[in-house]
Amino acid sequence: MAILQTVDLEQRAGAAVLLNKVNLSVEKGEIFAVIGPTGAGKTTLLRLINLLDHPSAGDIYFDGDKITDPSCNAIQVRRRMAMVFQKPAVFNSTVYENVAYPLKIRGRHGKTDRSTVSGLLDTIGLGGYARRKAKTLSGGEAQRVALARAVVIKPDLLLLDEPTANLDPGTVKMIERLVMEFNWDSGMTVIMSTHDMQQAQRVAHRVGVLMNGQLVQVGRPHDIFYSPDNARIAGFVGVHNLLKGNIKRSESGIAVVDVNGKDIQAVSDLPSGSAVEIYIGPEDVVLSKLQSDGSARNNLRCTIRSLSSNGPLCTVTADCGFPLEVLVTDRSAVEMELRPGKEMYASFKAAAVRVLPSMQR
Amino acid sequence: MQEIWQALVQAVNLIVTLDPEVIQISLRSLYVSASSILIAALFCVPIGGLIHFHDFRGKRVVINVIQTFYSLPTVVVGLLVFLFISRSGPLGGLELLFTPAAIIIGQVILIMPVLTGMTIGALSGVDKSIRDTALSSGASNTQAMQAILFEARFAVVGALILGFGRAISEVGAALMLGGNIRGYTRVLTTAISLETQRGDIVLSLALGIILIGIAMVVSVITNILLQRY
Repeated sequence: MAILQTVDLEQRAGAAVLLNKVNLSVEKGEIFAVIGPTGAGKTTLLRLINLLDHPSAGDIYFDGDKITDPSCNAIQVRRRMAMVFQKPAVFNSTVYENVAYPLKIRGRHGKTDRSTVSGLLDTIGLGGYARRKAKTLSGGEAQRVALARAVVIKPDLLLLDEPTANLDPGTVKMIERLVMEFNWDSGMTVIMSTHDMQQAQRVAHRVGVLMNGQLVQVGRPHDIFYSPDNARIAGFVGVHNLLKGNIKRSESGIAVVDVNGKDIQAVSDLPSGSAVEIYIGPEDVVLSKLQSDGSARNNLRCTIRSLSSNGPLCTVTADCGFPLEVLVTDRSAVEMELRPGKEMYASFKAAAVRVLPSMQR
Repeated sequence: MQEIWQALVQAVNLIVTLDPEVIQISLRSLYVSASSILIAALFCVPIGGLIHFHDFRGKRVVINVIQTFYSLPTVVVGLLVFLFISRSGPLGGLELLFTPAAIIIGQVILIMPVLTGMTIGALSGVDKSIRDTALSSGASNTQAMQAILFEARFAVVGALILGFGRAISEVGAALMLGGNIRGYTRVLTTAISLETQRGDIVLSLALGIILIGIAMVVSVITNILLQRY
């Protein structure tokens, strides 16, 4: 059952359209990530859901109720949600008082409430900080306090607006783990925005891609990452080897794409003559010294341009008439004696090439 | 220089010997100005909040006008209040002229613009994220305003101390409305003015030192109280 639904949601600021007919449906108990570049409208969307702003048009349904209705009691709706903002915001009081704030304004000061707060401080790793002034915390600590303050009332819906932007890797990891735990332990529905596709892949059950105020694709993280609907999404989610080309001919599901004068065979149903963008997963390409006679349809002579090792893996940039990134293990890079200037063959299957219709810009 | 040193010695002397007249004048100064600041705060903090939290046409103009009145001359306030409460004035029947209450009225009017303006400034200085955080935590509008006021507490108290300073150090209104009646409306500033005219520079300086001492004690106590919250 959808706990949250937006119907043709629009937000304008003057002539600028911040959100354009967004139709989003989030299921109860899931972690839903809204990803998109800066300025795509992620914050705008979350603020509308939290009833901090009013939409220009469209409606929002929360647990079946139309919360954009003027007769709807905004405070009662907000009291079932909680939001963590991108910039860690703490009240100028103690860490304990910060986390206890939502309880205080609900008139709850009981013994169980006090132990809830103390327990949460332990969970976020700030157990000894209860009496500390929250303003003296680091950015990462303050954001953990903000997260604890949000979940202290066990909201039905937790909204996280880029909760880990500009935080250190350790805190990012911790916040991701906490969010997943809260979701797992109490079935709390989470909507989080992020511009980090990897984070969405790590944390979310489903992902919605927001670009220029439009929700352009919704699906499982795997779907978005491996079969983005168009080149713009592909570019955003960070696929490598995104190349422009034209389909020269196409028969029985195999298209020959001309990329910088090189022919690349790919699985595609698009007609010949189509302008396309293709991308090739760096992990799907095999480098060898001799021309491969295996099942790979694509065998391209290339020159190694650069190598960049990152631990067990090595990213090789090869020039095949177009730049191609290839991922090899560090060990095989040594074994094949890869070095800039060396001639090699790059081979990959037609199925490893994803073809998307070119975006008219 | 000699006089300043003598004044310092005499000020200490007057304080440690608990000179009855000096103590009485000092307490009256404290009482009058503290009353003024409390009464003004009662009006100005809510008015500042109303102006800050509501958007209306001409808001900018209203704030500019308030800020202009920061430099309201004390004698002008004294004169205006005098016109109202003198025997022939519209409030003459209340017989307020030359009473401590008259000084308080004058000082309240004098510090209202500063206090209102600085309350608005203090509230504007609170990050917008505080309101969002309060609201998304489930606060009502009133609770969110309280949260913002709580965040601005240091700046608001700073405004109160400034207002108190302006009240206790002014002489125009106290002289014109209080009349510097010994044992009744004489406060530190009017006493200093009188003693200087009479040529007792050392006593004047000593009273001045006491005045600054009172302001310092008030500010220190307020800050200590504030640190606890």
